[in-house]
Amino acid sequence: MIAELGLAALWLAASLAALQLLAGALAVAGKGGDMAGLVRPAAVVQGLLALMSFAALILLFARTDLSVLLVATNSHSAKPLVFKIAGAWGNHEGSMLLWVTVMGLAGGFVALIDRRLPERTMLATLAAQAFVSLGFYGFLLMSSNPFARLDPAAAEGAGLNPLLQDIGLAFHPPTLYLGYVGLSVAFSFAVGALITREVGPLFARAMRPWVLGAWIFLTLGITAGSYWAYYELGWGGWWFWDPVENASLMPWLAATALLHSVSVLASRDALRTWTVMLGVVAFSMSMIGTFLVRSGILTSVHAFAVDPERGAFILVLLAIYIGGALVLFGLNAASISEGKRFSVVSREGALVVNNVMLSAILGVVLFGTLYPLVTEAFDTRVSVGPPYFNPVSAVFFVPMALVLMAGPLLRWRQDNAGRLGRPLIIAALAMMAALLAFVLLGGGGTLALIGFVLAGGLAAASVMPLKGRNLRRTPLAVWGMVVAHFGVAVALAGMACESAFSVEKLVAVRIGESVVVGPWRVVLRGVEPVAGPNWTALEADMTASYQDSATVAVRPQARSFWSPPQQTSEAALVTHRFGQLYAVLGEAAEGGRWQLRLWWKPFVTLIWLGGLLIALGGLLALTSRVAFDMRRGFARRRIVMRREDTGR
Amino acid sequence: MRLLACLLALWFAAPAAAQDSMPPAPWAYRQLDDPAQEARAQALMETLRCLKCQSQSIADSDAPMAGDMRSQVRQRIAAGEDPEAIRSWLIERYGDYVSYTPRLTSLTWPLFAMPLVLLALVMLLLRRRLRKGDSA
Repeated sequence: MIAELGLAALWLAASLAALQLLAGALAVAGKGGDMAGLVRPAAVVQGLLALMSFAALILLFARTDLSVLLVATNSHSAKPLVFKIAGAWGNHEGSMLLWVTVMGLAGGFVALIDRRLPERTMLATLAAQAFVSLGFYGFLLMSSNPFARLDPAAAEGAGLNPLLQDIGLAFHPPTLYLGYVGLSVAFSFAVGALITREVGPLFARAMRPWVLGAWIFLTLGITAGSYWAYYELGWGGWWFWDPVENASLMPWLAATALLHSVSVLASRDALRTWTVMLGVVAFSMSMIGTFLVRSGILTSVHAFAVDPERGAFILVLLAIYIGGALVLFGLNAASISEGKRFSVVSREGALVVNNVMLSAILGVVLFGTLYPLVTEAFDTRVSVGPPYFNPVSAVFFVPMALVLMAGPLLRWRQDNAGRLGRPLIIAALAMMAALLAFVLLGGGGTLALIGFVLAGGLAAASVMPLKGRNLRRTPLAVWGMVVAHFGVAVALAGMACESAFSVEKLVAVRIGESVVVGPWRVVLRGVEPVAGPNWTALEADMTASYQDSATVAVRPQARSFWSPPQQTSEAALVTHRFGQLYAVLGEAAEGGRWQLRLWWKPFVTLIWLGGLLIALGGLLALTSRVAFDMRRGFARRRIVMRREDTGR
Repeated sequence: MRLLACLLALWFAAPAAAQDSMPPAPWAYRQLDDPAQEARAQALMETLRCLKCQSQSIADSDAPMAGDMRSQVRQRIAAGEDPEAIRSWLIERYGDYVSYTPRLTSLTWPLFAMPLVLLALVMLLLRRRLRKGDSA
């Protein structure tokens, strides 16, 4: 019954999306008459119906209703409840349902609250949002029905991939999806503005909170995903340039560029066409990412849905949306003027460098990710990995980071480079200090060196916009920028340290023996069997002490899940002020020894701390923008009320 | 009760484990004694693809085949072979797919041309954008 209700809600939501599209399109064309009044309510109800449908799916998973095919193939009655619920989106159908739900809710929210844009642009935006939603509803209903029944019901479910049974990963996909789908709103705004050709600061201000919000979720999603790979895969790697990681990085790069250009448009009315273009590109990258992951076309660690038919469906959707938006851009962009001019040395000039470099990195990642498909067509399989991506993206990252040191200090429109003499000398000194520290500490690796030096300069330069300001009266938006840029420096420092200073020890030891890893002494005291709800494991009982200080317990496990049968290693991490000790229990070796893998990774946690700071910076900026808009909204209403009073 | 469940699980897991029960290759989980040699081996292993896994290098994998390859790499490095010679030997055996560092061939040249094209585009865009602004 619940499954049928969910399916009915999904069909209704799809038909409301069709109505929203039709009414919106007619109204924009000027033929709708009263139809225009339908658009906003349709958007709201559509969002609620999608939410109902998703709630039904969650309920089915929570109850492990094995008469539903999706539940039977992806869940198991012996799983902890939180993973049963997370299982609802840990598969293809469920994650697509989550996608349309978030998209519907976002559209409904825009319809409900946004009153800034000219009504015609708004209607075009909502029609565009419905058009995109409709494709994904069609995809769900035609080829990936999450509510299909299984008759007779299964006796037991097939289980969820044990690697996914991790609290971090349970919430990693929804976070990324909020980001992806938030960008759909930016896309719809861009398409709406292209249709009515009203691109200006108003449009930028309406779009900005969505871009910021989506970008925050993408940042958090990528950070969490990277940390998950780090501790779950058991070898201490934190970024693999895996196609699925790239699929989340590409929208992030585009959104980062968009975020900066939209703020130029909002405050200076410059970079109009460029901003619209990035709005189209950002969501296109989200869809390409989804296509790469969901079609399984690039098999990788993450691709759990391997189904070429669905890939073809998404490919057609991609062609329609991206192609359509680009055609629209080609037709209408010429009639949108560039906006205000600015000189090379200005805040805008620096932001143009940021935009162009981020776009180039995006190009590198996109090309490197897709190129193996091209060679496969010629029967040669090649791999494009870290040795390609790292140096090539650095070519574009380094100049961007250098400009980033000066950019936030520049004035809008026109500035004099000579004014920046002192701050730039300080940044240069910080870079030299970093260089010296790196050499003295005996670090190795060219890229690590470059990263470390840039991190030093950036850390110093990023806080300089606060100089000479009264810190308590500094606008939140400035704090947001400072925190996010400082976060970039922090993450960069972490990456450089991890690559330059990590110590690795692979050993086979007897019970009672000790191993020295960097400043740590680790003792293996025993290995015992332990059991969890759906796994059994061997657990090592170890102690570790940092430079002969007090010992801490370290308990890595080698787990065996039985449904589906799979082995995973659960690393044990000891977080210290100066970094992390990473311990993994391997197999039993001859002579009663146990294989241990131990790493000392100095300052590795800075990578994710930096990611969190970047997201926090975004949150501060978003808060400041939303608060500003709300104050303005109140003020406007008060003026209207006063006018009405005096009119009487 | 818990222990019983454990033992039962181990009992049932045994046949599945039997396939991998051959002891791992000698240098799969053991480092070379000379730190300089080990560093060279590590740098090479990080750029070789584990053919059984999906997107991991042989330096990041538990797969038995990755272990065998690590052992091969370490033995050859210890015997004084050049890392690039070892890479070529592996490519000869397993194809280009095994190396994360693409070689420049008639099929892969666009990978190397693309960054240059992008660089040229970046220059062009920046010059156009910024110079046009200058005149204002």
